[in-house]
Amino acid sequence: MAFHAAVITFPGSNCDRDMAVAIASICGGTVHRVWHGDATLPEGLDLIALPGGFSYGDYLRSGAMAARSPVMAAVAAKAARGVAVLGVCNGFQVLTEAGLLPGALLRNGGQRFVCRDVALTVGTTRSCFTGGYARDQRITVPVAHHDGNYYADTATLDQLEAEDRVAFRYAEPVNGSARQIAGVLNPAGNVLGMMPHPERMIEPAHGGSDGRVLFESVLHAVGVTA
Amino acid sequence: MKVRVHVSLKTGVLDPQGRAIHHALEGLGFAGIGDVRAGRLIELDLADDVPDAAIDDMCRKLLANPVMENYRIEKVG
Repeated sequence: MAFHAAVITFPGSNCDRDMAVAIASICGGTVHRVWHGDATLPEGLDLIALPGGFSYGDYLRSGAMAARSPVMAAVAAKAARGVAVLGVCNGFQVLTEAGLLPGALLRNGGQRFVCRDVALTVGTTRSCFTGGYARDQRITVPVAHHDGNYYADTATLDQLEAEDRVAFRYAEPVNGSARQIAGVLNPAGNVLGMMPHPERMIEPAHGGSDGRVLFESVLHAVGVTA
Repeated sequence: MKVRVHVSLKTGVLDPQGRAIHHALEGLGFAGIGDVRAGRLIELDLADDVPDAAIDDMCRKLLANPVMENYRIEKVG
């Protein structure tokens, strides 16, 4: 069985093509491009990706409008059935606004747009996205965001840590995120939101391939070969 | 009826925008500024029979993000 993925495009998404190319080149199979207004998703999906960008011009709050678009009900339904859902950057903001992940992404603490490669540490290997990394492994992945300052109340942060749901942490100051959190998982571990862009770090020409392991991990977890 | 929804960051949530405004005001020479918090004002023109519960629902489901924001509903006639 070949790998089946969907990449959602919202009005204002701008990393959707990069995401589709990364998935196709690493996981093979079919990558469906899905418009936000579609109320249904293809059957048999192994991965749904919400890409980076500035959906709806970041009106109201980053990700707020996209989180209420027709396709998101279908994404939530698939997530509840265990399909892997990856939200990167604006996709992470959409997942928190949709209530599929806890917390919120605030304006960067330093008030500046941050666009550079950053060092991360892998927080857990117990998810379909991080199984190919080693715990505490240091990796380099680029960020490019203005609203990446992860916020949640203390009880939620404690719970995320107690349940091993912090997928990635910044290994250096980046945006003021609570407890240096760069990516979080839902309780079942099949929904990941992260501000750094793994799809931009998948081959040496990108300056490294640390992001490649994330997609290989999903492929391995699903049990199909590229 | 006209309804104003005032949205503000919860106490304790860092407000970089407010901090930047604070800094700019001081740069203009204004003194005595303790703290600046920036929020959002959303004005709605609603049919008179829209119930209060629905307005509250609008705030919780879209206009404010309860994770980080508070909201206040003001009816202005």
